Amino acid sequence: MDYFFQQLINGITLGAIYGLIALGYTMVYGIVGMINFAHGEIYMIAAFIGFLAFLLLASLGVTSVIVTLILVLVISMVFTSVYGFAVERVAYRPLRNAPKLAPLISAIGMSIFLQNYVQLTQGARVKSLPPVFTQNFHLTDSLTISTVQLLILGSTALLLLGFSYLINKTPLGRAQRACEQDRKMAALVGVDVDKTISLTFVLGAALAAVAGVMVILYYGVLDFYMGFLAGMKAFVAAVLGGIGSLSGAMLGGLLIGLIESFWAAYMGGDYKNVAVFAVLMLVLVVRPNGLLGRKQVEKV
Amino acid sequence: MLNISHISTFYGAIQALDNISLNAEKGEIVTLIGANGAGKTTLLSTLCGNPRAKSGTITFNGQDITALPTNQIVRLGLAHAPEGRRIFPRMTIFENLQMGALVADKKHFAADLEYVFTLFPRLKERIAQKGGTLSGGEQQMLAIGRALMARPQLLLLDEPSLGLAPLIVKKIFHVLKEINQQQGMTILLVEQNAHHALSLAHRGYVLVNGRITLTGTGKELLQSDEVKAAYLEGAA
Ligand SMILES: Nc1ncnc2c1ncn2[C@@H]1O[C@H](COP(=O)(O)OP(=O)(O)OP(=O)(O)O)[C@@H](O)[C@H]1O
Ligand SMILES: [Mg+2]
Repeated sequence: MDYFFQQLINGITLGAIYGLIALGYTMVYGIVGMINFAHGEIYMIAAFIGFLAFLLLASLGVTSVIVTLILVLVISMVFTSVYGFAVERVAYRPLRNAPKLAPLISAIGMSIFLQNYVQLTQGARVKSLPPVFTQNFHLTDSLTISTVQLLILGSTALLLLGFSYLINKTPLGRAQRACEQDRKMAALVGVDVDKTISLTFVLGAALAAVAGVMVILYYGVLDFYMGFLAGMKAFVAAVLGGIGSLSGAMLGGLLIGLIESFWAAYMGGDYKNVAVFAVLMLVLVVRPNGLLGRKQVEKV
Repeated sequence: MLNISHISTFYGAIQALDNISLNAEKGEIVTLIGANGAGKTTLLSTLCGNPRAKSGTITFNGQDITALPTNQIVRLGLAHAPEGRRIFPRMTIFENLQMGALVADKKHFAADLEYVFTLFPRLKERIAQKGGTLSGGEQQMLAIGRALMARPQLLLLDEPSLGLAPLIVKKIFHVLKEINQQQGMTILLVEQNAHHALSLAHRGYVLVNGRITLTGTGKELLQSDEVKAAYLEGAA
């Protein structure tokens, strides 16, 4: 039984990370109606920035683990946001009124560009980060939860609370939803649509930054290619939950994390990605709009 | 207050407005009537910067707004209740009204909300209902309420009576008269319902195929043979 609960803990942890990335896909889709295929690379860049920040702080002699963690998170969120902002400016905004395929191609190009850029500047080899948090907590004799897992679950819960407050209760969140529901009308009531779209990319990047930092703490390794599969799975999570739905993205992320770790635990690690994508196809056959997605028809 | 001079607007190669000049002074109700496809909606949209006028100038309170972005134009004191109402469907009535108040000073919010609710008590009863599930008439009330929440100096209304029961139309025209008289709000009203609109308006313009063919006081236009023949047939 402990084995089962251990997989549950591992799966939820992994799912939280997918969920944080998936929020970025779903928000951008909601507001500009496109899949930002470079979002996985934003997450990868966040991991690199976090990694470099760890090295920098260590070389500066910062020893407090808490201070290091907070600084690394802040640095990674700030710089990753700049990348998110720049990607929208450079690759998508000029194509805002172009046919749908144009920004899609642009996104794929951006994704390849960012991968190569990191490969060139950081090298192609896998980098590793020495463990920062080593303590494990025993819940029972054979059931443990690590400090990093607690961190991931705690920060994801906090971020979700803050984020749903932001979207549902603040003027910024209202402006964002207005742009999503009727961009032209949003401008007519005085919303600065360009600014709101930029902010959406910045927010998505900041969430991906937390995921990126947490992932290198969790696994201890990173490379320029890590954004591809993680981004793909987070995208699947967003579609599974119902693209455009924020709670759907989180739910989709959790489901995928759980499927992956249970499949790996009981069926072996070989086909876990097959399992993930098979579930996606099954769900879409039964519910084409995803688990929490809206129906396309709507009375306006 | 509003001065439109010699504007032309195109959709691609199609010309929708041809050398239009029109003005509205403070405190006036000005109406624009015309058949389907005449360019009424295009004129109001051009005022708000989308689509843009290809030539000509638009000034508002003396300021040239021809090339300003939409969100900056409305900040100058101009609110638009557009064709099709365009209520935010997945926001509540309250949130829609909050969106309307975006450009207004926060300190007026509570009083303005109360005012909109006295004009349209129905909105208060359904304050937590999502915009997309409201009836057509309720949506129209909300669209006008949302525009009023911006405390505009100039209110643009695109066919507020479209598809509504006669009683609600009467109610809405009554409200327009009231806000014009009590608050001195300037109103530019686009209508198919020419009889109602011309009876309410101080002045009117007739738009045919993107051009203004006739202008005068509401009374004059009501008497004019051209208007009678084309827009008042069968009207009360
Ligand atoms: N987005 C657009 N693209 C191309 N042509 C358009 C567009 N919008 C309007 N038109 C054309 O411009 C002309 C004027 O349209 P507009 O909507 O301004 O008419 P209207 O007077 O508001 O008509 P109605 O009373 O039916 O609302 C029409 O011929 C219409 O087909
Ligand atoms: Mg129209």
